[in-house]
This record gives sequence, C-alpha cells and structure tokens, in this order.
Amino acid sequence: MKISPEQAAMVADLANLDLTNEEMQRITHDLEEILTHMEALNRADTTGVEPMAQVLFDAAESPLLRADEPRPGIGVEGALLNAPLSGAGHFKVPKVIER
Amino acid sequence: MAAETEDLTAKYEAVIGLEVHVQLATRTKIFCACATSFGAPANTNVCPVCLGLPGALPVLNRAAVEMAVRASLGLHCRVNPVSRFARKNYFYPDLPKGYQISQYDEPLAEHGWVEVAAAGGGAKRIGVTRVHLEDDAGKSIHDGFRDSADYTYVDLNRAGTPLIEIVSEPDIRTPDEAYAYLTALKETMQFLGVSECDMEKGQLRCDANVSIRPRGETKLGTKAEVKNLNSFRFARLAIEYEIARQARVLTSGGRLVQETRLYNSETGETASMRSKEHAHDYRYFPEPDLAPVRISAAWLEEIRDAMPEPPAEKRARFIASYGLREYDAQVLTGSRELSDYFEAVVKACGDARLAANWVTGDLMGALDGKAIEESPVPAGRLGELCTLIAKGEISGKLAKEIFARMLETGDSPSVIMEREGLRQISDKGELDRIVNEVLAASAKQVEQYRAGKTAVIGYLVGQVMKATQGQADPAAVRELLQAKLAS
Repeated sequence: MKISPEQAAMVADLANLDLTNEEMQRITHDLEEILTHMEALNRADTTGVEPMAQVLFDAAESPLLRADEPRPGIGVEGALLNAPLSGAGHFKVPKVIER
Repeated sequence: MAAETEDLTAKYEAVIGLEVHVQLATRTKIFCACATSFGAPANTNVCPVCLGLPGALPVLNRAAVEMAVRASLGLHCRVNPVSRFARKNYFYPDLPKGYQISQYDEPLAEHGWVEVAAAGGGAKRIGVTRVHLEDDAGKSIHDGFRDSADYTYVDLNRAGTPLIEIVSEPDIRTPDEAYAYLTALKETMQFLGVSECDMEKGQLRCDANVSIRPRGETKLGTKAEVKNLNSFRFARLAIEYEIARQARVLTSGGRLVQETRLYNSETGETASMRSKEHAHDYRYFPEPDLAPVRISAAWLEEIRDAMPEPPAEKRARFIASYGLREYDAQVLTGSRELSDYFEAVVKACGDARLAANWVTGDLMGALDGKAIEESPVPAGRLGELCTLIAKGEISGKLAKEIFARMLETGDSPSVIMEREGLRQISDKGELDRIVNEVLAASAKQVEQYRAGKTAVIGYLVGQVMKATQGQADPAAVRELLQAKLAS
C-alpha cells in the first residue's frame, strides 16, 4: 500500500518526530511494507471471531481489581532521579504554554 | 449590549453541550496505589505507574469503578456489562506516559439524563450521552518560580487521579440551563459521595460546546469548544459571551470556524486557541495493558443497593410520601446532611409537614446560611419539640420560646420546660377553673357574645391567656369558652 509524503509527514508530526529527508524516505518505505502486510491480514476470514486487542477472559466480572489501599510511592528523590532537568522538587521542561 | 443580545437571541437559538470532568473521591489513584491527597508536596505521591516509567503496568482500582458506576446510575445511565480502556495519544509535559488512559468507543455507561428547571417553566431533561473512566494528567506550573520565564515546572502528584467524564447531549439551549445542569450534576455527585466537586481544587472541570442556528433551523451550526470555565458562574458568562459573539459574526455576514476557544474571566471574553489542525487526532487504540471492564449483574445490583438515594429521587419521595410542597422538598434536599436531618426529625415526631416547617423555618432561619452540621439543636431534640406540638401539649407560641432556649443551650425541650417553668396548662381542671373565673368577671362581654357579637371571644381568650401567663393553648381555650358560652 502506497502512502503519500504528506501522510507520512503527518504521522511523523503526530508522533513528535523530527526526521531528515533521508529518514523520512526510509520510514515511508517501512510504513508501506507494514500496511501491505496488514492488507494481507485483512484478507483472512474472521467471521465470528471476537477481535482481541486485550487479554480476554471468560468471566462476568473483572478479576484482578485492586483494593483502594494507599501504598507509599518512590518519593520525590526517586521520581526526579532520571529527570534531565529538575528543581524545587519539580520536573523542569523548556517553557511551554500550549501545543 | 443588552438590547443587542436580546435581538440576537430572538433571531438565533443556541445549542449547547457540556463535557464535565469529575475527580472521584477514592483514596488511591485509578491505576496505582499512590495516595490522591490534595496539596501534598510536589512529586511525593508518585510511583513508576503514574510516572509512566517503562515496563510499569496499571492495575484498576475497584473503588474507582464502583464510584463511577454509582455516578452513572445517579445520572440514570445504562451501565455497560463490558467497557474498554483506550489510549488517547498526545504530547504534553504533564502527561508522562504520552497518552491518557481513557475510554473511547465502549464507555462505562450511556443514555442517561439529568432533570433541570426549564427556561420557560416546568422541568426539562438534558440527555447524558456517556460516562467514562479515565486518568487525570499532572500539573504544569507556568509561573511563580525564579526561572519561570524559561521553564515550566511539572508536578505529577495529580497524574493518575481517577476521573469520570460526563458528556451531555446538545440539549441545552440557554446559559441558564447550562448553569442548572451543572448545579444538578454537582448536587448528584455530592449526594452519592462520588466527589466533593470542589472547583477550587479542580475536582470538577467543565468545557462547553456552543453553536447557534437561526430559530426554526434543525441543522446544527459550527461549534466552538470553550475551555477554562473555572466556576459555574464563569461557565454561564462564557456561554453568554460566545453565543453573542457567534451571532455577531453571522449577522455581519462572516463565517464561523470550528475551533477551541479559551475563556478569560478577567475580560469576560473567549479567544481562539491557535492550534495545529490535526491536534485533535488522538489516534485512540485499545489499551493493551488492561483487560476489558466487566460488570456482572450481581455486582451492579450490589452497587445499586449500597447507593444513597440521588437528590431528584429524594425530592420526589419527599413530595409523594410526606406530602411536602415542592419548594420545601427542594430546600430540604439542598444537601445530603440536611435531608438526613429532616428525616430524623420526621422519624422522631411522625409529622412530616410540621418537621418541614420547623427545619426550613425556625431552624434554618437561626442557622442563617450555616450548614446543618453546625446546628446547635440535634435532630432528635427538634423531633421531641415537634412531638410536643403535634400532641397539643404546647402551643406554637410556647414552642418558639422553648426553641429559642434550645438554640442557646442545646438542651432538650423537657429539660428546658422543667428548668424555666415553661409549661402548658393542659390540666383540664385548672383551665376550667380559670375560664370560669374569667367568664364570671366579664358579664358584659358574655352578654354581648350571647346577643350575637361573637367577635368578643377574642377578648375572652386574651383574658384567659393573661390569667395563665401565656401557658395555656389558645386553641383549647377558645374551644372551652365556646362550649361554655353555648350552654
């Protein structure tokens, strides 16, 4: 399946990717291959098969729900340990107002 | 402006739908066991799940599901036996996972309604399209730090707090109806113990979809999504402004574009948020880390049985089974605590109308806007007072005197009556004696009464009341006098 350079650019933009022309060409090609494979999957007869995006189970009620009991987290030091930039107990990022 | 607005509303009709986010009052977050406490030091209630660290897996909080179901039932929704979580993908620093876990094409509940007072009188049902569960984002702080000009600070304590989003049908036609809808929604959530809905703490947030169309037109106009409505009052003002703005654009021959607009409460205006065209392409897909939510009929019944009565239902019941006036029922269901208090008084005295009169009249008058929880008179004691009135043991006048003492001391009516010598003369023999004395001393009035000038009975009642120092029941005195004068 072919995709246009505009479609590829839009997908890259939505994924917050800043790509060079060369990368763009490679990725467009990869995407086309993936979509072609999807087309093949689309030809399979799935009549009567329940789509499985998540683990399915045979029960009337959700198992494995958590009781509403607080547990300590990893604390502010732990949280900020790998932050590229932090200060005053906060993560810091370059100024953003909206996107 | 006012006259202009009137002109425009005569020509155009507004179509309004509201999206309301309500924070659920759980102790822990929706997908992890971090506490949800408000105001904790930044980034202290966090763990790998709500920080979106790689490999961390969400586990759904049972209480969040139960509260969401309770809210859905309170909004008369059909709860779906199966619903699914989906990822809503977008980039923002306070969204560490890079996606919000929400629900998309299979929400928790659908097809509900909220009843509000209609613009032209009577009641109107506003449809509730859906109620779904999702997690909240963290908080971006743009000002207040030394280097705020260059950096945005992020606190992720709120990230992962359970929310329900309640989406209304575009059934709302006026800013006042929007206000009434929000008020009813908040009341229901508070009554059901689902959320405190404190807007200052962001526990209830609201966006409005507003469009207009010429009256008589059935096709929808181009809508604007208005955000940043931080109070119900601002919501009403922002919608008013937006309707007038759209009408001005159309009457001056302009065209409206579908856009997101931000309300500025200082200027009272909405302004377009310039955003990328495809910023709303969230590329939803099913959340692979969570199983579908399944709610069995048995679980649903369990939640329904444990659920407090929603305010609208309670109001209807107060009218139907206690014979209250609509206004009193409305006042008495102002909060769950007030309605509980009222019902405790009814239980104690057995006379609902009397109880309603005392609670909405003397008690609420004395509280002067304070909450019922602060009443110096417990429900049982007010019930005792009402019982004495209902049995005819004290007059209304004496009851008011006793009540004033109850407010001061919190004591029970019997204790006060004993201590202050406030009692009603119900001793038949004594009252009989006093009435006879008064009749003997009022030969002239007795003659006038028997001659047909029955109005003098008022004078005679007054004399008896004077002789008893106000401690007799005037109705009983009048009856006794009438009987004696008739013989």
